Amino acid sequence: MASVRDDTQDSPEVRRRPAATPVPADRVFGFVARGSGLLVLVIMAIVGLFLTIQAIPALRSAGPKFLTTTEWEPSSGRFGIAAVLFGTVIIGTLAISIAVTFALGTALYISEYAPARLKRTFVSLVDLMAAVPSVVYGLWGVFFLQEHAVGLANWMSTYLAWIPLFGVPGRDPRDPLGSLTDLKSSAFMAAVVVAMMVTPIASSVMREAFSQAPAGEREGAYALGATRWGMIRTVVLPYGRGAIIGGTMLGLGRALGETITVAMIISPSFEINWHVLQKGSISVSSLIALRYGEAGAFSLSALFAAGLSLFLLTMAVNFLASSIVARSRSGAGAEA
Amino acid sequence: MSTIAQPDAERALDSGAAEAGTPPRNPPSAPRTPAAPAPEERRTLSQWRDSDVFALVGSVLGAGGLTWLLFTQLAPFSGAVGWVVVWYLCFLGLYALVVSFDEEGQAVRDRIAAAVIHSLAAVLLIALGFVIVYVLGRGLSAMVHLNFYTHDLSVTGPLQPLSSGGVLHGVAGTLIEITIALVITVPAGLICAVFLNEFPGRFARFVRTLVEAMTALPSVVAGLFIYSTYVLLLGFPRSGLAAALALGVMMLPIIVRAADVVIRLVPGSLTEASLALGASRWRTVWTVTLPTARSGLATAVILGTARGIGETSPVLLTAGFGANLNVDPRHGPMVSLPLLAFELRKSPEAPMISRAFGAAAVLLILVVLLFVTARTIGGRGPGVLTPRQQQRRARQSLQDAERFAAVARQRMVALDDAYADTGDVRSDTHSHTHGEDASANHRDGAGHVDGGNDGDSGDDDR
Repeated sequence: MASVRDDTQDSPEVRRRPAATPVPADRVFGFVARGSGLLVLVIMAIVGLFLTIQAIPALRSAGPKFLTTTEWEPSSGRFGIAAVLFGTVIIGTLAISIAVTFALGTALYISEYAPARLKRTFVSLVDLMAAVPSVVYGLWGVFFLQEHAVGLANWMSTYLAWIPLFGVPGRDPRDPLGSLTDLKSSAFMAAVVVAMMVTPIASSVMREAFSQAPAGEREGAYALGATRWGMIRTVVLPYGRGAIIGGTMLGLGRALGETITVAMIISPSFEINWHVLQKGSISVSSLIALRYGEAGAFSLSALFAAGLSLFLLTMAVNFLASSIVARSRSGAGAEA
Repeated sequence: MSTIAQPDAERALDSGAAEAGTPPRNPPSAPRTPAAPAPEERRTLSQWRDSDVFALVGSVLGAGGLTWLLFTQLAPFSGAVGWVVVWYLCFLGLYALVVSFDEEGQAVRDRIAAAVIHSLAAVLLIALGFVIVYVLGRGLSAMVHLNFYTHDLSVTGPLQPLSSGGVLHGVAGTLIEITIALVITVPAGLICAVFLNEFPGRFARFVRTLVEAMTALPSVVAGLFIYSTYVLLLGFPRSGLAAALALGVMMLPIIVRAADVVIRLVPGSLTEASLALGASRWRTVWTVTLPTARSGLATAVILGTARGIGETSPVLLTAGFGANLNVDPRHGPMVSLPLLAFELRKSPEAPMISRAFGAAAVLLILVVLLFVTARTIGGRGPGVLTPRQQQRRARQSLQDAERFAAVARQRMVALDDAYADTGDVRSDTHSHTHGEDASANHRDGAGHVDGGNDGDSGDDDR
């Protein structure tokens, strides 16, 4: 202990500096740990820098028109991400708006309604769904959904055509010779498959927060005579609001970056297409997957520019999501 | 509870709180007559009353009938999806109506919300389950042939039946690529996670932010990065190693982040106890932090593996596509299972599509196996033990206790001997320091304890 002398009380206590002299093993450990931190930092920085540097020639050549051009013909110098980014965003938005309903319902069911015995099973099941490879969903989408959901798409394009998003110009539902194939490779179909992929991710984040809602407040709501739904509405949902938003955005981030399922389903077309049921759309990642092979040095640079813009977009979405989750009441221990 | 005897009060309570269970038909009378306690009737704690079940079943059937009427007699509707949707909407309406006959607004809303939430969860779980069953089912025709696992596609054309050729090259490629990726990312990732927690500061915070940012890196961009550096810039051929590097770039931030979260959850009291006992930092990490977080770390790594194993796009850009079995990761194209499924389904021939589904199904089984492993060894908080581990700890600590007791007994015997030999001297030298403490009634015990503490110095004295 500190040698505080009782007889000299007026002398100010000298602040001790607990100088630990590390043993050699500790010094090596510190060195290795810092080194690996540095290694990871360097790898990540190289990827980020390389992405930027490679994108510069294309960005410099295209200038601000990069953001407004819809075509993608780097060899003739006319290329931009307007259509590509639009397709990415609309597929992602559609997907997440389908997913969020089901994610919320499933999260509430598992945390509030499921029998205690089955809860762990359901949690594992949903987490497993999040780990299922995208190519599995893609195969299902191509061979099952495109055949069977085309009727739904047809119905929507016929009866919901007054909503601008769902109209399909140039299509007459009463035309007996009209084929349904046009509806198969639409952004909507891709969005449905992507929605199935991201629902478990969003649901998992939400359930984590719901199950942490304080028992005292739940019981308080019950004691005041609330029904179960009343309790959920007044305790669980406000408590998990941050996680609902955060989980949704996390799912959105995943949906934006999804490559393979989108590439398998859509038929690429480079125009801003508001009609989500109409064939033809494109997303950044599927663009890269489809075009990387034929690319020369400059076309590759253009692809890097597209990849960079997607990266920035998903990064912004992810950071927003994690800051919302961290700031919410439920987010203190959440790992989202 | 005995006040609920009146039927009026019973109904009031019932309609007020939807959760109230069926009140007992014969409420147990207050124990005024302790002599003859009547056998209590077992109370039903179920939250379901008969009327609830009737309302639910009745609404489902009624909605079915209404839908049938709509579809066949009244309106020009058709289609299976439409049938289900209309049925569901009819059901919700009817159910609300039926419940509102004997409940109030709050309870009606509660029932409707419960019905909607149950059906949303059911739809999702059924749909996701269906995806898995569909892929497994369509892959089954290829997977029942043993050659599917022992051959590659080098001599098999698209028209040849499923009894020829297989996906061995895909399985081998997947395993080789993921192994290389893990060998690179796991040590780097875990040590980096330890670094983030053990050496907090501005630098660690910066690394953490960057890692967090890189988890947003789309996997196809990771592939593009390796493609343009390793393949185009450095001039190496597309190969398994390139694919493994791309997977590594993608998995590294995921593993660092997951491991960071797990290590952060290790209770500070444990590491502080270790440091207070004089362990060095390195010993603390090696013997306390990492073992405590072991199950969580394993889960983090395995889930990262499952994520990497199923990724198609980085492999698509970097691995190349071939039909031969290739176990050399440095040369020649090396396909992985997801890439194989992605490429084979482009063929218009049915056997190739079956093979695509088969490859996806094998991949799926691989992922499920990994996942189950992760759940078995992990899924617990740090320091939470399985019953078997707890038993082992209890046995160990019992053994330790016995060992300590034996040592103490030996020492006591030795001291007693020493005390008998040099008793007078010791009692003289120690009497002025411990004299007051050793009160009469436990003089012997105190003497032993003091002797135990001073045993070594006593030996030196001799």
